Amino acid sequence: MGTSFAITVVGHDRPGIIAEVTGALADLGGNLEDSSMTLLRGHFAWTLVVTGTDPVVTQERLRPLQDSGLWTTVIPLPESDAAPRSGVSYVLSVHGGDRPGIVAKLTEVVAAAGGNIVDLTTRLAGDLYVLVAEVALPVGADVALLERQISAAATSVGVGATLRPEDTDLL
Amino acid sequence: MTSLLPDLAELALGRVRDVVRAPHPVLSTACAEVDPTLPETVTLAADLLATMAVSPGCVGLAANQIGVPARVFCLDVSAHPKTRTHHGRFVLVNPVLVEATRKERAREGCMSVPDLTGDVRRPSRVVVTGCVPGTGEQVTVTTDAFEARAIQHEIDHLDGLLFVDRVVDAHALHQRQTYL
Repeated sequence: MGTSFAITVVGHDRPGIIAEVTGALADLGGNLEDSSMTLLRGHFAWTLVVTGTDPVVTQERLRPLQDSGLWTTVIPLPESDAAPRSGVSYVLSVHGGDRPGIVAKLTEVVAAAGGNIVDLTTRLAGDLYVLVAEVALPVGADVALLERQISAAATSVGVGATLRPEDTDLL
Repeated sequence: MTSLLPDLAELALGRVRDVVRAPHPVLSTACAEVDPTLPETVTLAADLLATMAVSPGCVGLAANQIGVPARVFCLDVSAHPKTRTHHGRFVLVNPVLVEATRKERAREGCMSVPDLTGDVRRPSRVVVTGCVPGTGEQVTVTTDAFEARAIQHEIDHLDGLLFVDRVVDAHALHQRQTYL
């Protein structure tokens, strides 16, 4: 265990980035915990939570990645930030013509209802803008009211939106 | 509907066992076929039923989830809202999936992987054969929807597979929500 810190790696995509970064972390005795990586409009984007090594040494070790167009940050994390996730899972899907403010408008409504976004993907494909978010709503939230508010918010920015429960089958 | 579970007093005498959690190696072990008529197989079936009964929300349990690498699972989806066809509470020994069609995607959780869930595509119509504990009678189960999914989840356990082995893509693995 030990102190956790977050590393971000963003920049030019090419084969081998993950092997290089995890190789460097392994050399330093670092332990990779949660991480999420994707390509954002073709750019490599990875966020990792790491323990077991020194953040300053880690930053120095990763700095040479700049030579291949990859920018890294190393950020210390609070000791115990692992609040248990609670609530009921819903998936918010939004799509429509791209314009500024779609995400802001929709997520403002979700936040006002006490909804916590725990996963989010947005993609721009031509003129089409798509958002898919997993939202943890407080137990007892007025889902019907939230659906109406989401629908109104979506209409105001010219997109369509749906909110559906994502229930887990415990097997 | 005729019950698949034989009317044996021994099946009501099960002991509640601890459910093992990943990364315990028994969950990654392909389980061995067993003789359904042996007393220890009936005892194992009874223990699975007893453990399932005291585990909230549990609709099925494979033998290796209680640490026994034998091809036996129990199931009871009769009270689940997503169930269409079902066969009540039963135990299958040496189950074999002989037909599987119409894949559907759903999010699964598992008592042996309590902190994660994952989106998994599985056939929604299946035919499964297997034996009944005690009598050893060979039976064929034709089912759909939630029971089909649950049976395949349990057979996966017996093959040493977890739902995380079948998650549809890199962003389909999730932290499980707690319902506080």
